[in-house]
Amino acid sequence: MMDLHSQTLTQLKDGLGRGDFSSLELTQALLDRIAAHGEELNAFITVMRDAALENAKQADAARAGGNAGVLNGLPIVHKDIFCTRDVLTTCGSRMLENFVSPYDATIVERMAAAGAVVLGKTNMDEFAMGSSNETSYFGPVKNPWDHERSPGGSSGGSAASVAARLSPAATATDTGGSIRQPAALTNTVGFKPTYGRVSRYGMIAFASSLDQAGVITRSAADAALLLGVMAGFDERDSTSIDHPVPDYVAGLDGSLKGLRVGIVRQHFDDGLDDATGKAVREALAVLEAQGASLTEVDLPNLDYCVPTYYVVAPAECSSNLSRFDGVRFGHRAEDPQDLLDLYCRSRGEGFGAEVKRRIMTGTYVLSAGYYDAYYLKAQKVRQLVSDDFSRAFENVDVIAGPTTPTPAFKLGDKTDDPITMYLNDIYTIGANLAGLPAMSTPCGMVDGLPVGLHLVGPHWAEESLLRTSHQFQQQTDWHAQCPEAYQ
Amino acid sequence: MSLDKDQVQHIAMLARLRLADDELAETQEKLSRIVDFVDQLSAAPTDEVVPMAHPLNQAQRLRPDQVTEANERDKVQENAPSVSDGHYLVPKVLE
Repeated sequence: MMDLHSQTLTQLKDGLGRGDFSSLELTQALLDRIAAHGEELNAFITVMRDAALENAKQADAARAGGNAGVLNGLPIVHKDIFCTRDVLTTCGSRMLENFVSPYDATIVERMAAAGAVVLGKTNMDEFAMGSSNETSYFGPVKNPWDHERSPGGSSGGSAASVAARLSPAATATDTGGSIRQPAALTNTVGFKPTYGRVSRYGMIAFASSLDQAGVITRSAADAALLLGVMAGFDERDSTSIDHPVPDYVAGLDGSLKGLRVGIVRQHFDDGLDDATGKAVREALAVLEAQGASLTEVDLPNLDYCVPTYYVVAPAECSSNLSRFDGVRFGHRAEDPQDLLDLYCRSRGEGFGAEVKRRIMTGTYVLSAGYYDAYYLKAQKVRQLVSDDFSRAFENVDVIAGPTTPTPAFKLGDKTDDPITMYLNDIYTIGANLAGLPAMSTPCGMVDGLPVGLHLVGPHWAEESLLRTSHQFQQQTDWHAQCPEAYQ
Repeated sequence: MSLDKDQVQHIAMLARLRLADDELAETQEKLSRIVDFVDQLSAAPTDEVVPMAHPLNQAQRLRPDQVTEANERDKVQENAPSVSDGHYLVPKVLE
């Protein structure tokens, strides 16, 4: 039998169904791997050993009783941005270092109800603000492909744990690329659904008009399996949209014949590393050989995406993070002189440098006299960006290109200049601004480092993205490659 | 630099953030760079453009004003830094 840790979620589901192994055996095997490798990667903030073993036993009992849910006995990990009842939920911040959530996020609840076994909570950039996992209060995560390099961010711990085979799948969140960029840099599949597709209830808010929950997995089929459980209307999230949830797994089959793939010329301009571009072009040729047609499309306002994002996201974050006041939960400064001192020092001490910069950027762009020039202007440009995508999708079914400009960069390389770090998300941010579903799928290697193919679709086109990626994975084995140290 | 130290201190106060002395210079420099970077938006042609209100043009959904959650005050307050008899404690605000 193939090692349990090297199997995909779909393979493990089949194995559990056949009775080849129990959830308890599987959970134990992965907890042992986490014990062996979790620390060297710094991928976890909390490992839920006892609870996982208990839940695995319950899953096995449920299966024996004929009550196996869709995810019965399957191990997963949650990004530490999702509230988990009675479990530490830090969001990668000193502010929430001791926060034990009194409730479960909707997706945590839904996955548990389907029988999933949670192994732990993964490390992340503080409040999901970062593209390298270096803003985490708990230290950076290391890339399993090269420990000197970043796994990307903000969902770096989720990506690293899946890439290193410590967990077959992970939940993650994406506000500007935080699922797709780490997936690309670690050779995993990262899926961000349409805005409003998956409930944000219990997902600690960063920028509410951009945030969306999704998954990091080892195959498109695994992403489809999880998305089917996570997606769907939730009245507890005021931004949740009531839209039918198709059978994503059934939707994987079908040929790419006739699929219209849009290529954006600017995606292949100077900013793109040559070898990365070559790998992406080869991937496009594979899609073409499978029957897809390639067409050039234009996104004229592409260059405005990153600056637009760095007005809108900080503005929303400055508002969302005002709840951290040192009074009801979270860090409180010692011996406050008065209420103002309590607020200012609790927040000054509890937040790290990048989070403070974003809050201040947001406060500035929303402040009297600047609102029209920055925030209102950015929301207008955002409409232009969204219109560009709408026009492009009149002629194509999916837009394909690189997920990131380069493979994984070294830890410490981009920490001096916030703008250099922000530009790492240049290809991914547009999908968040327009609320579109998007994913990264492994498509090549450059000097032993993974490259991701980025796919963006129109609203609610999750099925066609997953099918494109799945069919690509039938012809290629990039997604199956694993760092030597973690085989 | 596009922001001077006084402006940075003012923004920090609006955001209720105390910056340590050694944080001020770096914050000024990096915030200025971010503001310069987003300033390029001013070149975008947006006459006649209606600002986006929702990425999928949805209207805000409302629900009936009914209590839906059970009272879990004690459990919720386990996370509070300082409570007494169900109340959150803060420094004295009235003399």
